[in-house]
Amino acid sequence: MIDNQIIATVLVHLFIAILQLGFWRKTVPQRVLSIGGSFISLIFAIKLFTKVFNGDILIMHAANWEAPFGIVFVADLLSSTLVLLTAIAALAVSIFSATGIGRQRILYGYFPIFHFLVMGLNGAFLTGDIFNLYVFFEVIIISSFVLMTLGGRKAQLEGAVKYMAMNILASTFFLTGIGLLYGISGSLNMADLALIVPKIENRAIVDITATFFLIGFGIKSAIFPLYFWLPSSYHTPPSAVAAIFGGLLTKVGIYALFRVFTLIFIPNEFIRDLLLVLSILTILTGAFGALIKTNVRRLFSYLIVCHIGFMIGGLGMYSKLAILGAVFYLIHDIMVKTNLFLIAGLIRQMRGSMDMKKLGGLYAEYPKISLLIAIVLFSLAGIPPLSGFWPKIYLLQGAFENAHYLYAGALILGSFITLFVIAKFWSEVFWKKSPDPDTIEDKFKDLIGIRKIALILPICILAASSLYIGLNAEIIIQVADRISSEMLNTTPYIQAVLGK
Amino acid sequence: MELLLILLIGVLYATGIYLILRRSMVKLLLGIMLLGNGTNMLIFLLGNITKGKPPIISDGLKVFQDIYADPIPQALILTAIVISFGLTSFAIVLLKRVYALINTDDLDNLNTPEDEDI
Repeated sequence: MIDNQIIATVLVHLFIAILQLGFWRKTVPQRVLSIGGSFISLIFAIKLFTKVFNGDILIMHAANWEAPFGIVFVADLLSSTLVLLTAIAALAVSIFSATGIGRQRILYGYFPIFHFLVMGLNGAFLTGDIFNLYVFFEVIIISSFVLMTLGGRKAQLEGAVKYMAMNILASTFFLTGIGLLYGISGSLNMADLALIVPKIENRAIVDITATFFLIGFGIKSAIFPLYFWLPSSYHTPPSAVAAIFGGLLTKVGIYALFRVFTLIFIPNEFIRDLLLVLSILTILTGAFGALIKTNVRRLFSYLIVCHIGFMIGGLGMYSKLAILGAVFYLIHDIMVKTNLFLIAGLIRQMRGSMDMKKLGGLYAEYPKISLLIAIVLFSLAGIPPLSGFWPKIYLLQGAFENAHYLYAGALILGSFITLFVIAKFWSEVFWKKSPDPDTIEDKFKDLIGIRKIALILPICILAASSLYIGLNAEIIIQVADRISSEMLNTTPYIQAVLGK
Repeated sequence: MELLLILLIGVLYATGIYLILRRSMVKLLLGIMLLGNGTNMLIFLLGNITKGKPPIISDGLKVFQDIYADPIPQALILTAIVISFGLTSFAIVLLKRVYALINTDDLDNLNTPEDEDI
């Protein structure tokens, strides 16, 4: 079905960003526009999601050039779910940014760049053209470079060099893959490629092309040997920026892997085994890295790496149950990881530090906020019936069904270490007595009411979404079930795009 | 012509990767630029080089009668060049700022322990 509304979320963020450029150096209108615009895009995202959920795959031909010749935008259930989650996360982060981002950064254009970034994310999720995906990836990374360096502190710039080098390298690999793919197939439309690529006789060159995509997306989604840039850069930008990076940027890589490896390159034995081995190593290195970190945000960065492994493993097993689990985990992970970094920002406001050795006594001082944070931490660790628990059941079932016991072991170990790390985090930051009560600078206490709300409300929104995912798991399972069927049986997607 | 381009692409990729592996920031930048150019040449090559056959349908015909030069790789390369232009200029400014801050070209010195941030 053709529906031009599917790019509404992309356009809303584009217009908001342009409008904000008109309010250069005026902080109040920029904040209002940002929150209002994110809210409007959330409404469009909900509309898109319900349309796709109750109906069929929607498509839009850019400039009315029909597929496979023109660029096509496709909203299947996976895309529209991710657009919805992006909209929720973007709303939360834009509310948090109103207080959590310093005035200086807003004066130098934080908000317009933030909206360009979210526009890129939405575009990447919705496009059905592989080169257009590359272009949206570039929109994302150039905006993220600016967000990462805005402020210009030494540590920030140092982190940005690593981030920039690795991301440009990833884009180069991705573009090389596209070049090879165009050379062997003569098409750029993903649905068209899905028809052409399986028929190519020279399988070796197809595998080489697939490997280029795996490396390119692997760097972006931080899987095992390619993840080192993530923990050494994600702790440097402001927490609101880290939240959108941690929640969504690595997940775009995961989305691209899911899309490319279920639609264009159906993984053969070699790629599946490779993905599984990489996922096990990603889980282990991420988990062990998280064990030794005392800086809250470095710890969370390693947890991102660890949990990326869970999802890659789901793709590597390539069975219905495993992919269902991986998709469910993706849905849960976006909400929780965004929230974790916002919580880190809140703790920083309350204590002026992110080092667990210097933190403490938050539970005595802020019991209600601490309980709110506890819900998020429990969701992350996967205490039943909260949201982290359900996908792991499916992933484990998938692992046992296909006799991937090593992955099952790594999954259990990874979850256990997550639980341990979270328990340590809780006791160090909330229960332990503050080691040095006199030196605390509590900026949070002195804030006026509305600014306090701006810091707490986003955490509430995301925690409520996590709770909803956990307590209404049967609905999310239904969604994830349909997404995984669409991924394994791509005929409806191809038919919708090519119209035959 | 193809063979020449293949050799050129190989050299560009190899030097690019080699320069990225070095510890110097300037070499990192040059490496990224060379890799980007190598990729552009690769796309150009894989679009099948045909000389003197512009993709214009002659009057009275509805489809192409013979082989024509594929315009899509050139459109892709043009896009990629514009993007890499933006990325490279950002990278130059960033590396210049970092150099001004830490006074060294060595990438191994980018690890000052992080105390605090917001």
